[in-house]
This record gives sequence, C-alpha cells and structure tokens, in this order.
Amino acid sequence: MPNNIPFYLAAAVTLGGAIAAMSLRNLVHCALCAAGAFAGLGAIYLQLGAEFVAAAQVLVYVGAIAMLIVFAILLTRGGKVKLTARQTAPNRFVGFLIVLLVCASLAGSILRSPSLQARTLALPEVTAPAQRIGENLMTAYVLPLETVGLLLTAAMLGAVVLAIREEPEARLRSEPTAQRRQALEEANIS
Amino acid sequence: MNWLDQIFVTSGHQLVSLAPASLQPAASVLLTIAAIMAVCGGCFALTTIIERKGLGRIQNRRGPNRVGPCGLFQPLADGLKMLTKEDIVPSSADKAAHFLAPIILTVPIWLTFSLLPFGRNMAALNLDSGVLFFFALGSATELAVFMAGWSSQNKYSVLGAMRAIAQMISYEVPLALATVPVLMLAGSLSLVDIVQAQGGYALGFVPRWNVLTPWGLVGFGLFLTAATAESNRSPFDLPEGESELIAGYLTEYSGFKYALFFLGEYLGLFAVSGLGVTLFLGGWRAPLPILEWAPSWFWFGGKFSALIFVFIWARGTLPRLRLDQLLNLAWKFLVPMALINMLAAAIWHLSPQWGGVFTSPPMRWLLTAAMLVFPYVWLGRAVNPRAGAKREYAYAE
Repeated sequence: MPNNIPFYLAAAVTLGGAIAAMSLRNLVHCALCAAGAFAGLGAIYLQLGAEFVAAAQVLVYVGAIAMLIVFAILLTRGGKVKLTARQTAPNRFVGFLIVLLVCASLAGSILRSPSLQARTLALPEVTAPAQRIGENLMTAYVLPLETVGLLLTAAMLGAVVLAIREEPEARLRSEPTAQRRQALEEANIS
Repeated sequence: MNWLDQIFVTSGHQLVSLAPASLQPAASVLLTIAAIMAVCGGCFALTTIIERKGLGRIQNRRGPNRVGPCGLFQPLADGLKMLTKEDIVPSSADKAAHFLAPIILTVPIWLTFSLLPFGRNMAALNLDSGVLFFFALGSATELAVFMAGWSSQNKYSVLGAMRAIAQMISYEVPLALATVPVLMLAGSLSLVDIVQAQGGYALGFVPRWNVLTPWGLVGFGLFLTAATAESNRSPFDLPEGESELIAGYLTEYSGFKYALFFLGEYLGLFAVSGLGVTLFLGGWRAPLPILEWAPSWFWFGGKFSALIFVFIWARGTLPRLRLDQLLNLAWKFLVPMALINMLAAAIWHLSPQWGGVFTSPPMRWLLTAAMLVFPYVWLGRAVNPRAGAKREYAYAE
C-alpha cells in the first residue's frame, strides 16, 4: 500500500487538474489546471519506468502546449471575459453521448488487453531505453521521422509567412497612386 | 585516498543503516534530499555575498561590509529581513496564481539537482534520459513566470513576463542544440554516462574533456551564452530592465515570495552551471593525472565555482542587450552556429575512419576548427553589419 502512494498522488493531480480545467470559469485558470494535469500524467509515466516518455510529456505538454494555450487565450482577449453565469451547453445530451462512447471504447480495449489477464504485471526489462528509441527512429522509422520533420518545417515557414510584416517601402511601391505617378512620369519622359 | 573521495557516500550509508530496516529506503531518499537542499541553499547564501562583493570590486567600491567580519553575515541579515517583511498582494491580483507562482518556479529547479553527478557515485538519480529530463524541468519554469506576470494584473508585470517567456523559449533552442554534439558522441542521455565518456587522457596528460575539442569549445561558448539568457542574468536581464519595466514580473512581489524568486534565479544558475560542468568540463574528473589524488567532489566544486565566477564577472562588465538584439542573437547567430557545430562534431567523430591524413588528431582539430571559424566570422558580420565600422557619436566626441 505505501508503494502506491506516489501513484495515488499523481492520479489525484491528473484527475483534479482535468476536472478543474473543465469546470473553472476563468480561461487562464483552466489552462493552468490543464498544465497541472499534463504534469501529473508525466509523473505517472515516470512511475511506470517510462523515463523518456515522461520527460517528453513534460517538455512538450507543460513546456510548449500549455504555453501555446495560454498565449492563445491572452492574444484573443479570452482572459478578460468575465463569466459569472452557470455553464450552459445547448446540446448537453450529445456531449454526454460522445463521452459515453469514448469511455466505452477505451474501457473495452483496456479490458481486452492481454496484460490485464496476466494478473501479475511484469514490466519488460529494457536496457538503455532512450538508446533503443533513438536507434529505432534512425532505422525502422526513419521515413516517418523525416516526414514529420518536413511537415513541421512547412508549418513553421507558413507561420513565418503569416506573421511577417510587409516592409513599408514595399507597401508604398504597391500602392496604386505610386504606380500611376510612375506611369505618368514615364509618359512624360517618352 | 579512496575514503576521502567516497566520504559522503559512505557516511550517508552509515547514517541510513542506523534507521530501522523497514524505513531505510525512505531514510535514504530523505537524506539525499536534505543534503542537496542544504548544500545548494548554502551555496545560494554564499553566492549572494560573493556576487555583491565581486560586483563591488569591479565597480571600485567595497560592497556589503557591515554585518559580521567583512560583511560575511550579510545573507543572514538579508534572509531575516525578507522573512519579516510584509507580504503585499495587490487587491486586483489573482490570489491563487499569485501565491502559487513562486512555488511552481522553485520546485522544478530543485528537482534538476537530483540529476547532477556531484562526484564519483554521487548522482542522486541516474536517469537514462537525464539531459532530456533536465530540459523538461527547465521548460516548466516558464509557466511559473507567466503565472507571476499575469496574476499581478499589472502592465509592467505582464510585459516583463512576456519578455521573459520570449527570451526563455528563444534561448532554449540553442541551449538544447549546443548539448546535442555531446550526447551524439557520448551515445547516451544519462549525465553519469557523459562524465564516464570524458575519462582518460590524450598523450598522457591532456584530459579528454569535451571543451578541449573544437566542437566542444564552440558548444561550451554557445551553452554559456544561452544559459546566461535562460537564467535571466545580465547582460540578458531585460525582463527585469528597471529603466523600462520597474522589475518585470517581480514588480508586485514582496517579502518571502520575492525571496523565493530570487532563490529560483540563483538555483537556476547553479543548475545550468552544474550541467555545463558535466557536459563540457569533464564533470568531477581531475584536470591532470598527477592531481587524481584530490577527491572527485572537490573538482566538481572547483569547476562549478569557476563557472559561477565567470557569470558574476560577465554581470559586472557587460552592458544589457536590447530586445531585438537579444532575439536576433538567438535566432540568427546561436541557432545556425549550433547546427554547424553538430555537423563539425559528426565530422570529428567520423573522420578517423576516412584514413589518410584524417587519422592524426591535429589534422582533425584543424579541419573541424576551420569548419567553425569561418561560419563564426560570417554569421557574426551578418548579425551585426556595422561591426568594424567607425562609430559615430551624436553628442559625444
């Protein structure tokens, strides 16, 4: 029982964070609670011996995705909206149905998994898991890795193109008045 | 001399064996935590007084010299003052986030110390993906900075937090990329294995530290620059630029919470210094074979103190950067340089297989050094086009 205490703590943080992220009124609070849930999930991975996954979970979800959510809320002024009324969803029934479906499918696959029927959970002993992950990424899964790299590069270029500010000179040159003036000048010269 | 090297490990084991058998695992964990917190807390107190004294020396003044002999008890007085000060929370502040931010900032930084090998057999945790975990914990502090800035409901705080986050995200990239060559050549993410890989001596007296290779030297420079920015220290301390932002995200903090931010800043500095020592300066290894008699923790502490001194020195002598200069430096200079450095490290590693002249170490040294010097000059000119031109002063002659 005392060995399970870290698991219960991490599970409580994950569940509490997730519930708070859904039910709190302030959007920034929701984002921060979601980050707490991500961190709790990382702790569970760590307890299961998946160090690499735990580190990646914290690095990507707490470090990057939570920041992204927070920035999105701040930039869209969502943080300033004061919500005092009770949360009302018009299609609450449909939402409940979707939750039920997701839960049922997850529970079904968990109950059918062979490790649950084995009764005693035996974690496979892997030496240097990070090295194994790296070797697999560089040999068997090198094509998916390269594809992901290409996709991310394209996404980054797209973001730069969207965010880049046009130079003031270029804008002046593209203005119709400037063009007409230039055309007039050329006409005068000829 | 082996007993002196392992004195902390053996005395720790003896202390743990005093506890009843059922409590021994917990006692061992608690003892390790207590040791790390005591040593790092002591280092924090010592560094504040050394920094103030050092800055005083650089600026031609004496520094604190009233409390105790030569002002050595100044940290104690500062601590007492911070503890007894009134804790002021703005009435419009978001109370919960305002309270939690300093705690969330310091907890991940404490966790990073469990990964550092302070000496032979002296790493609290030897995680297989240690370096990755280190960066994960480092990135968790960004959220705390945001919480501090946003919850204060103060424009200066929010702007300071935005600046700090932009800076931390930008400099995390070169910081991580600068460490990649070390991981590539050590073939492991574990900090203990990385120190192991830097063992032995070339020619019988030159240590095989990473910093003594061309890519390691460049990587160390990149790492130090990015680490300074990551820990918000001068010359990259513009999130707290007092002439523009009062104190940035710290504006609305007082008393013990302010002290916690201060502690977090210094602990972050210690953590990246310890990582730099481990990755590039050979960790706890002695610099010469005839100096092997000194205990391993002594060498770690010595290198660590030297790095801290370099940080204090930089703070005393370098002017603060502007925000656009800061971001340009990260994205247009440090990141490309780190990528080229990875290529240089790969060539350093693979060139002995090519045969011919490449098998001799001086030839490899020259080849990789040339690969790095030319991009350094070229990128430096691209970032600062006016470098080398005669300066024109508007109001001074």
